[in-house]
Amino acid sequence: MKPKLRLELLHVSKRYPGVIANDDVSLAVAPGEIHAVLGENGAGKSTLMKMIYGLVPMDAGEMQFNDRQVRLASPKEARALGIGMVFQHFSLFETLSVVENIALALDGPYDLKALAKRVSEVSQRYGLPLDPWRGVHSLSVGERQRVEIVRCLLQDPQLLILDEPTSVLTPQAVEALFDTLRQLAAEGVSILYISHKLHEIQALCDSATMMRQGRVTAHAIPREESQQSLAQMMIGRELPICHAEPYQGEARPLLEVRGLNLAGEPPFGTALKEIDLTVHAGEIVGIAGVSGNGQAELLAALSGETLAPRGAIVLDGQAVGHLDAGRRRDLGLGFVPEERLGRGAVPALSLARNALLTAHRAGLARHGWLSPGKAWDYARDCIARFGVRCTGPAAAARSLSGGNLQKFIVGREIMQAPKVMIISQPTWGVDVGAAAYLRQTLIDLSRSGVAVLVVSEELDELFELCDRIAVLAAGRLSGAAPKAATNASRIGQQMAGLFEPAEVSPVPESLHVPA
Amino acid sequence: MSLLEPRPQPSQRMRWLAPPLAIVLTLLCGAILFALLGKSPAHALRVFFIDPLRSSYGWTELLLKAGPLILIAQGLAVGFRARIFNIGAEGQLIVGALCGGGVAILSQGSEAAWVLPAMVLAGGLGGALWGAIPAWLKTRFNAEETLTTLMLSYVAGFLLAYMVNGPWRDPDGMNFPQSVMFGDAALFPILLEGTRLNASIFIVLFAVLGFWLFNARSLLAYQLEVGGLAPAAARYAGFSAQRTVWLSLLLSGLTAGLAGVGEVAGPIGQLNLNLSPGYGYAAIIVAYLGRLHAGGMVLAGLLMALLYLGGESAQVALQTPAAITGLFQGLLLFFLLAADAFVDYRLRRRSRPAAAPTVEVTAHA
Repeated sequence: MKPKLRLELLHVSKRYPGVIANDDVSLAVAPGEIHAVLGENGAGKSTLMKMIYGLVPMDAGEMQFNDRQVRLASPKEARALGIGMVFQHFSLFETLSVVENIALALDGPYDLKALAKRVSEVSQRYGLPLDPWRGVHSLSVGERQRVEIVRCLLQDPQLLILDEPTSVLTPQAVEALFDTLRQLAAEGVSILYISHKLHEIQALCDSATMMRQGRVTAHAIPREESQQSLAQMMIGRELPICHAEPYQGEARPLLEVRGLNLAGEPPFGTALKEIDLTVHAGEIVGIAGVSGNGQAELLAALSGETLAPRGAIVLDGQAVGHLDAGRRRDLGLGFVPEERLGRGAVPALSLARNALLTAHRAGLARHGWLSPGKAWDYARDCIARFGVRCTGPAAAARSLSGGNLQKFIVGREIMQAPKVMIISQPTWGVDVGAAAYLRQTLIDLSRSGVAVLVVSEELDELFELCDRIAVLAAGRLSGAAPKAATNASRIGQQMAGLFEPAEVSPVPESLHVPA
Repeated sequence: MSLLEPRPQPSQRMRWLAPPLAIVLTLLCGAILFALLGKSPAHALRVFFIDPLRSSYGWTELLLKAGPLILIAQGLAVGFRARIFNIGAEGQLIVGALCGGGVAILSQGSEAAWVLPAMVLAGGLGGALWGAIPAWLKTRFNAEETLTTLMLSYVAGFLLAYMVNGPWRDPDGMNFPQSVMFGDAALFPILLEGTRLNASIFIVLFAVLGFWLFNARSLLAYQLEVGGLAPAAARYAGFSAQRTVWLSLLLSGLTAGLAGVGEVAGPIGQLNLNLSPGYGYAAIIVAYLGRLHAGGMVLAGLLMALLYLGGESAQVALQTPAAITGLFQGLLLFFLLAADAFVDYRLRRRSRPAAAPTVEVTAHA
């Protein structure tokens, strides 16, 4: 007999010390329904999914699966019921093959050869081409995600949870994924789709539950709403729009990369091949591309965390390739890395102590001795100016949400008045409102005469922010094309490596087409 | 299911509660051991922990033994914060003693005022040199400093044995492996008549204040700390990992070397094979028991010194073996490590019966 509802949550609550992650949350998903859970970061989406998947016990409320009340103590029980989950961050062993990775996740005994055959069958049936015997280390991020999805599908799920699945995919791969998901839904599998990308949700989902600060704020049919109204339901106010004035000052080159070649770190690093790039004062250049195509290597080489040949990197006319990160900062380089905890900030230290990490050169230390009072003031100013939500300068960096820590790190770098600002995944994990603020901040920064380089996986973001966009694929960088002269599908092709690396950069005068 | 679960934030309260907790558990466990040995626990603990401090002489002995422990721990803590684990302070102490003692032996008979300062200088440099070897091995070959420092301790021990059996053996010493007794110019002046407490305690005092300031206020100490807590963040900020290694090992070698001079130019008064009762190793416990904090390590050093005194006193009064000191040190370290687990983790609460959560939520609301 067909159940009326696949999943129903009734008045579910979960509290952690100091925060209410979920407060009286109810939602219902019918068989074959693609249901979006929309919300900013920290809205409680992930906690809710973890409870459905049995990773976290609920404090109150009940969960019904196929019209029967269930209480899950572990993901194993969830899988046995037919609930599968694809996490945002994959848990695959790079040294093992696809089928070995899948076998590891199965709860029962297995026969590798028979399993490989099933993997091939399932992957073909759902348009997820995958060679079961290939090593995971040789797979692209999109292919790795396929492994995770196939792994779930092998267990014949009736409910599939996907947590921000498209953040690592090219536009073409997103379309392919949506086709797969629609096929699954047509076969009766229910899908819970977590995202904050409104246009995806409109394209894919039948219904949506909006969450804000742990509570359900609205249920909606995405196709019947506009993006503005969806955003308003999600963040509780109008979605701010960035605006960029043309830059009036002299557009001299501040950051130049000339023929940078760098061997990748074995075994899985990507080698950089003949990278050429110029960023001028007053402009924002974006680097698009899927992670793992040399982004990490390029950023480390630009920041000075790995050294390069002396002349390969030029900062405001001075060759700096051989200088370490600290000495490049002395010359006016600001950098916000993708990893906030552990790289951009020290998790266990307070924000005041974290201000010292790079801002010690901005007068927080003198003759090798710290001024704790000044560090405190610097952190306090940064918190106030960039709207960092925290308990104050004494809060440990790890106690902040990803988005708030990002605001703090960006603020810390900007307050040092850099000449060149490099920022990776600026709004990764940042909620919609704060993301708009951060983007506007970067635009304003560039218009004050700073050269800004943004590396991001989110194309929408690059189109909103940047004056020119280049694509990094397999360690090669395309020429940076003015925003008006390119589009998503062209960039998607370039992500697949279809470009001439020697594409001539356009002259700076033609850059600033008003948006 | 695991017994422990991670805390959302490391507990500051637990960080400072762990040492007293470890001490209490050590005492309890010690009491049980004494009871099993057929001795009254109350009496035994009194002999161990109270009797050594019943006289002013006892207190000076406590300071005398605490001095080197505190001094070495101050240097070690710099490295430990940066996650450079020098566990060969014993060897650096020995080389420091050898270098300082060498100055005394080579200037035998001189009453010049420069002898003692030269010994201190030579000892400090010698210890730092012995720390420089693993630093070089680490920065050049990425050799694990935990192994090299420990192995070099044995090398230092053999070096000492060679010197006191060979070139520096006291010709009138009836073939005992020891050097001549040093002259007055090569000894720290005694501070209190009738005791062994000497002026080397001022070096300790100075070091405590110096390291306190260094840890609290210097950019360098901050960089070392970041290197230990988050190596990627240190690289991101451009703090040199090599400098961290060098500084950690040189500083801890220096303090251990100074402690070595303090012994040979203090209570020992010569070079012999027993010039340290394992101060270099015990100082590791002192450093962690004192939470790597300059002031905390003073308290921890005093406690550890009391264990040495108590062990001696128990040997006399209770006829327990000398190993009892090591046993208590081991217990203390064991309980400290166990208690430290609760800084980052807490006991997992049992999953409650179905009806209970609702009740609790409303109770909190």
